Amino acid sequence: MSDFEYAPAPESKAIANIKKDYGLFINGKFTSSHNKKRFETINPANEEVLAKISLADEVDIDKAVKAARSAYVKVWSKLSGKERAKYLFRIARLLQERSREFAVVETLDNGKPIRETRDIDIPLSAAHFFYHAGWADKLEFAGFGDKPKPHGVVAQIIPWNFPLLMLAWKIAPALATGNTVVLKPAETTPLTALLFAEVCQQADLPPGVVNIITGDGGTGAALVKHPDIDKVAFTGSTEVGKLIARSLAISNTPVTLELGGKGANIVFEDAPIDQAVEGIINGIFFNQGHVCCAGSRLLLQENIHDEFLNKLQKRMSKIRLGDPLDKNTDIGAINSAAQLAKIHELSSSGQAEGADIWSAPCQIPNKGFWFAPTIFTGVTQAHRIAREEIFGPVLSVLTFRTPQEAIEKANNTPFGLSAGVWTDKGSRILWAGNHLKAGVIWANTFNKFDPASPFGGYKESGWGREGGRHGLGAYLKGAM
Amino acid sequence: MSLDIKKTYKLFIAGAFPRSESGRSYEIRDKKGNFIANPAQASRKDLRDAVLAAKNAHSSWASATAYNRGQILYRIAEIMEGRSEQFVAEIMAMESVSSKQAQVQVRQAIDTWVWYAGWSDKISTIAGSTNPVAGSFFNFTVAEPLGVVGIVAEEKSSLLGVVLGLAPVLAAGNCAVLLASQKRPLSAITLAECLATSDVPAGVVNILTGLSDELTPHLASHMEIDGLDLSGVDGKSAAALRISSVDNLKRVHSFPSEKSPERILSFMEYKTLWHPIGV
Repeated sequence: MSDFEYAPAPESKAIANIKKDYGLFINGKFTSSHNKKRFETINPANEEVLAKISLADEVDIDKAVKAARSAYVKVWSKLSGKERAKYLFRIARLLQERSREFAVVETLDNGKPIRETRDIDIPLSAAHFFYHAGWADKLEFAGFGDKPKPHGVVAQIIPWNFPLLMLAWKIAPALATGNTVVLKPAETTPLTALLFAEVCQQADLPPGVVNIITGDGGTGAALVKHPDIDKVAFTGSTEVGKLIARSLAISNTPVTLELGGKGANIVFEDAPIDQAVEGIINGIFFNQGHVCCAGSRLLLQENIHDEFLNKLQKRMSKIRLGDPLDKNTDIGAINSAAQLAKIHELSSSGQAEGADIWSAPCQIPNKGFWFAPTIFTGVTQAHRIAREEIFGPVLSVLTFRTPQEAIEKANNTPFGLSAGVWTDKGSRILWAGNHLKAGVIWANTFNKFDPASPFGGYKESGWGREGGRHGLGAYLKGAM
Repeated sequence: MSLDIKKTYKLFIAGAFPRSESGRSYEIRDKKGNFIANPAQASRKDLRDAVLAAKNAHSSWASATAYNRGQILYRIAEIMEGRSEQFVAEIMAMESVSSKQAQVQVRQAIDTWVWYAGWSDKISTIAGSTNPVAGSFFNFTVAEPLGVVGIVAEEKSSLLGVVLGLAPVLAAGNCAVLLASQKRPLSAITLAECLATSDVPAGVVNILTGLSDELTPHLASHMEIDGLDLSGVDGKSAAALRISSVDNLKRVHSFPSEKSPERILSFMEYKTLWHPIGV
């Protein structure tokens, strides 16, 4: 049988109504930044400029925090949970109505495949608002006391890997519990947050309840240091998370952190191999590996190593890398030049330290930022590629002989966000589940997310949980 | 006439009662300035030994059944009951309170163990959940012990403060390194003698006496300590300790002097497991 070639199936850009420039969203209105400074956001797949974005400074931050405070005191804290819920339901519906537009804009700004934004990022974002809407008038039943109280004004900083979804993870529970928000999206992916600001307007959300300020790392640092912030929520690197935690240690402002990971995906000899191969692929190549809970360390039981690797490489050769707007695309663009440089640096260290590199044969486009799906074999636990988060499509393969050794290796990291277990034996799943030090464990599956399921890490992967009943605690006083 | 046999107050590490490896001790006196005792003055090395002992004891304590842990916690209450006169006498000497007040405190401390003994096999039911995810998966969340918790106990009521710190940490399945009050350390050491005879496995609780300014910074910065209870530290010193505890993102908490399930959950970690459903 001859191979079928894939014809391009690009999603149209026409639906994305991206403006030339965007102001800051403060007190319900788009306003220009105090210092008139701008930066550009580009499409990482072709390096074309998408829009000019305002760079917020301390003056803008102060304005946004004041707007959030005033909205909290005068409006939001006086509103019943029932009415707050209605706003969140409205937002969920608006996101669903505009989902195709959001998917295209997210793909343009982030570089991730349209298949993922369409099927995962956007529907899950809407689901987060829908889920938390239902909590807004039931908080007294959530197990945080009879009269759970919000913090007040919450500062939220989100990363570039799932821009709208991370916004939803932050804003939905914060509003449901009665807080108001100043949110800063990542420097390289501000567009869907600004589109979301339009959604807030369409939902008639009272001005100041959600404020979106764009900028760089300096903007984020200034935001968390603002004296009138009652709570900080951050998703990003462990390094920055620690800086934030230290800067808030004196005031003892409550903080939740979703940080890095170095997830182990453990395949036992009795695992259904073909399913496991798919799971490993999804675990590390989903979203170009820009996933804090990625299964970036593959732990193979020694006796299936060769067979498994063979199948894995065969499967990797079928991965389609290219135009993120093409519905056939599996792997899109790396989000930024800086991230690409980081992946190259760590990948080079793997070679320099003696691991064997293999990359899937695929055509790398001329423009934009790209990295072919890559695996390293012969990796030891001392190698940097086994210890440090690469945050790219790079998998480190290690082996083990006994289940105990698998657990020991899996836990041998300061991180503790996720782990995967592949085996046909139920008791072994639960045994491994017991012993793995990770906040989320996927057994015979990987990278599954749901608003009803708490997400967050052990050890240096963070503080607190997001999602589910447990995630509400982060936004209620004294409840984390 | 026959002379009293005075007690030597030592450290409690890995189930043994060593002196400080540094050979140091310090004096404590009552309000009127009368000599009470020379407790051991623990060093940084003693603290590291205590953390190591706690770390080594953790996996078997965490994997003991919750029912078993509950019985051991209850056993501590039983053993304390038999030693209550000694606790009363020590509290009176250190805190200059009446015998009635001391008795009330001992009663509360013993009752606190009983209360937490009952929590050990219930906290997961209260805090865990099955989560109705939108897909064909079974998804559940359980609360698990964190690991090693450093405790600086509240010292106003020196025995009750220690028990309020230790009992929830043990009920959760954690191991503890407790820093006794510098001025009022005797209750903690006498409690250690109860723990040593209550089937609490060696290393699950380790108790240090000494100077808090010397020891608390090492407690906060030690990379093998996973959680910190700073209830006994005043606001200003707590801020500095919180900063150094960020090195390994310890879970740091302070609590009001009362018992609560939050004290257990604060040193537990939520784990969520997904598995596909299918034939």
